[in-house]
Amino acid sequence: MEFEAVIGLEVHVQLNTDSKIFCSCSTAFGNPPNTNVCPICLGMPGTLPVLNVKAVEYAVKAALALNCRINDISVFARKNYFYPDLPKGYQISQYDKPLATNGYVLIETKGGQKRIRIKRVHVEEDAGKNVHGEGNDPYSYVDLNRAGVPLIEIVTEPDISTPEEARVFLTKLRTIMRYLGVSNADMEKGELRCDANVSIRPKGSNELGVKTEIKNINSFKFVAKALEYEIERQILVIKAGGRIEQETRLWNASLGITETMRKKEMEHDYRYFPDPDLMPLVLKPEMIEKWKKELPELPDKRKARFMEDYGLSSYDSEVLTSEKAIADFFESALKFYNNPTAIANWVTVELMSRLNREGIEIVDAPIEAWQLAKIVKLVEENVITGRVGKELLDIVWKEGGDPEEIVKKRDMIQISDASSLEVVVDEVIKECPAEVEKYLSGKTKVIGYLVGQVMKKTRGRANPQFVTELLEKKLSELKR
Amino acid sequence: MELHRLTILEARNLLEKGEISPSELFGAFLARIEKVDPLIKAYITICEKEIEDIVEKRGKLYGIPIAVKDNICTRSIRTTCGSRILENFIPPYDATVISKLKKEGAVIIGKTNMDEFAMGSSTENSAFFATRNPWDLERVPGGSSGGSAASVAADLCVASLGSDTGGSIRQPASFCGVVGLKPTYGRVSRFGLVAFASSLDQIGPITKDVADCAYLFSIISGFDPLDSTSYPIESEDFTKYLGRGVKNLRVGIPEEYFALGVDREVKEVVLRAVELLSGEGVEVLEVKLPHTEYAIATYYIIASAEASSNLERYDGVKYGFRVGDYRNLDDMYVKTRTFGFGKEVKRRIMMGTFSLATGYYDAYFLRASKIRALIKRDFDEAFRKVDVIITPTAPTTAFKLGEKLEDPLTMYMSDVLTVPSSLAGLPAMNLPCGLDSNNLPVGLQIIAPLFREDLLFTVGYVLESLVPFERKEVPLGV
Ligand SMILES: [Zn+2]
Repeated sequence: MEFEAVIGLEVHVQLNTDSKIFCSCSTAFGNPPNTNVCPICLGMPGTLPVLNVKAVEYAVKAALALNCRINDISVFARKNYFYPDLPKGYQISQYDKPLATNGYVLIETKGGQKRIRIKRVHVEEDAGKNVHGEGNDPYSYVDLNRAGVPLIEIVTEPDISTPEEARVFLTKLRTIMRYLGVSNADMEKGELRCDANVSIRPKGSNELGVKTEIKNINSFKFVAKALEYEIERQILVIKAGGRIEQETRLWNASLGITETMRKKEMEHDYRYFPDPDLMPLVLKPEMIEKWKKELPELPDKRKARFMEDYGLSSYDSEVLTSEKAIADFFESALKFYNNPTAIANWVTVELMSRLNREGIEIVDAPIEAWQLAKIVKLVEENVITGRVGKELLDIVWKEGGDPEEIVKKRDMIQISDASSLEVVVDEVIKECPAEVEKYLSGKTKVIGYLVGQVMKKTRGRANPQFVTELLEKKLSELKR
Repeated sequence: MELHRLTILEARNLLEKGEISPSELFGAFLARIEKVDPLIKAYITICEKEIEDIVEKRGKLYGIPIAVKDNICTRSIRTTCGSRILENFIPPYDATVISKLKKEGAVIIGKTNMDEFAMGSSTENSAFFATRNPWDLERVPGGSSGGSAASVAADLCVASLGSDTGGSIRQPASFCGVVGLKPTYGRVSRFGLVAFASSLDQIGPITKDVADCAYLFSIISGFDPLDSTSYPIESEDFTKYLGRGVKNLRVGIPEEYFALGVDREVKEVVLRAVELLSGEGVEVLEVKLPHTEYAIATYYIIASAEASSNLERYDGVKYGFRVGDYRNLDDMYVKTRTFGFGKEVKRRIMMGTFSLATGYYDAYFLRASKIRALIKRDFDEAFRKVDVIITPTAPTTAFKLGEKLEDPLTMYMSDVLTVPSSLAGLPAMNLPCGLDSNNLPVGLQIIAPLFREDLLFTVGYVLESLVPFERKEVPLGV
């Protein structure tokens, strides 16, 4: 029997407001433990939460970008449980009346575009961190710097069918959050955290199997791996005649497996109830409208515009808009040289391979849009060859400077007059009698070698197309 | 004139004229406390040094010694909440009401005893000791603000602050023969009040007369941006409502409040006071509050549910008490909370945990919330007919120490007349209106519509002058 997976995700995204959600403490990352704290986020007796409006704004914008309906009244609720990193003994979250519901995200899959429905988006506070003593230190420590940092929880419907789709969905989510500027959504930094509900069923079936919840998937690298493992595990259990137990499992990255964390009967009863310290969150339509107007152009829309206005392929448009900074770079390069196809090609191939190689973001790249635009222009206008263009990009990358001046200074201009090229071509024919012989005997493929020799002698400044033509002409003359 | 007998307004008069100094006044109270408090045990902490810290010299309470219930956070002064678990807790912040008092130059003279976490009606649930009723040392002062009420009644301070969740200001004020106000929910900031039941808790004044009550309330009330449930209106000078006439005012008498096991003598004394008021041209009408009988059950479900969550922070991790000996985290939690909390607190945590649990939430917490809405509606209906409602404050006068301690249900019933207005968020005031045959004060409760404390002061001020209750030095049980 063939099986298919049914996956739903619960994603926490940390909002990058300056201050915490219920007090005025800083949210700055990396400060010494327990320095971004006050009596309120320490949960001291008698203190009360006051909602940070900026966090609401960010959450609403995120929900709008996920095509959700914003509820005009939402209610904060307490999620009660004991843990040392939770100073009040409860987390202020939302429960039966969340901020937003019924949204969706479009993702590109191999099978085409797919719509992943968003069930709900709600606002809540983060907990602190427990730090366990190393070596002989038997103690655990609590750092509450993170306690009270605003989060949104995004819950999808079980619309995801493969680990790859899950990965693509999360990437898209990160892209959207970055476009909005409400979160950097960096998984490795814990700004985006993902739990997954996984079940399997016979392919084509409409019924849902028993699901397990996978926690601790804290890196983009592991999303697909953890889900693949879990799906495979469930299939093996079923094939061996076993039953899937409803439970919470933990992804163990070092072993590459999921392990039982707690069985269903050990699940907490969080005893949610409306938080009497906070009034229901009432959002006036004018407010939502105002925030809606402030939304930037989002990736789906931008992609469509790139295809429409610039005549780019769906693939190129997708790649260019996958990061707001890259799309911005692309569009600002266009201002210096309005040739979308050529610029797109250089950005998606040359620029991005260099970014990947060095593992940096485009904003940190040592090249600006005008520099790339000039390089592309030089190539497109046949001032330099494509090959020299790539070299030039490397030079600018390393040393900076104005590409036009570099080209002049370093004598990189393409040799385009036939007479000076003819001299080189003649030289090569003279120096490579064996290859010439082969060519004449019908093994015409060898011409590539001869072109290469010419390119070498001209330090790439010759147009290879033109060189080939010239060589062919000369060699056919020899034939006669 | 003995200084400890002074009201706020009297003391202010003398201080302003320069006839006495703040330290003289403070000294007189410290001496009185030293002599009398060993009998009463109203204070958990006495703040002998606070007089040195008055900064504001021209405030409305300049030099006035005020006692504060020990669940209101005072910067650098231990705030125990009557509990082992906070026995050595020293807050690094002041509650908003304390900031307001200090800004007006008041002196915190001490922190008063209370039922642990304000859960109780007799102050016998204090983890430290029971407080005694100054009118009869064998009797309880009421609770949970028993220390605050007793300290005012026994002249161990000029006035005090208490907190009221289901009657914790009004009932002890009734037992001790003093004036106590539970303000409209949202009128006084809860910031710095150690939470018991957040949707019900309110801080309010306990004073020797109605004028002081209006005066102190003017100072502590008003919007506070630190409390999201604080109502966005500023305070005003409520003393201007004193001395206004009550002619043609309509007073409602709910029959439900004169049944419910209310002591016959209490009924009589209260009804006599109402009669005196009708002599002033007040129209007395019967009103119905049909859901009153569900109030106690509703209250104990909601208050306990909120308490079970509010008290989760006392886990031994960050502050307060932690047992010394434990095997692991869970063991630490269990032992700390088992030893740190008293019996009544644990009872309510369990009740509250139960009523919020999956499978029980709808039948208990949700249903209680619905009944709460019906109780509110009862009052809305009644206030269409009348301006204020008058009832007894408590079904009985002060009972004996130990009398109800082992019977929580009977103890809970002593809040039966104060709980409904708490659930409705309404302002209500206790006014002593006479004595019973045991020479114990009988308290009368005036309930007004939301944000109509002005009516309480107007009516209370008139009644105070009519009723057969003399503000005299309490006999101290002799
Ligand atoms: Zn803080």
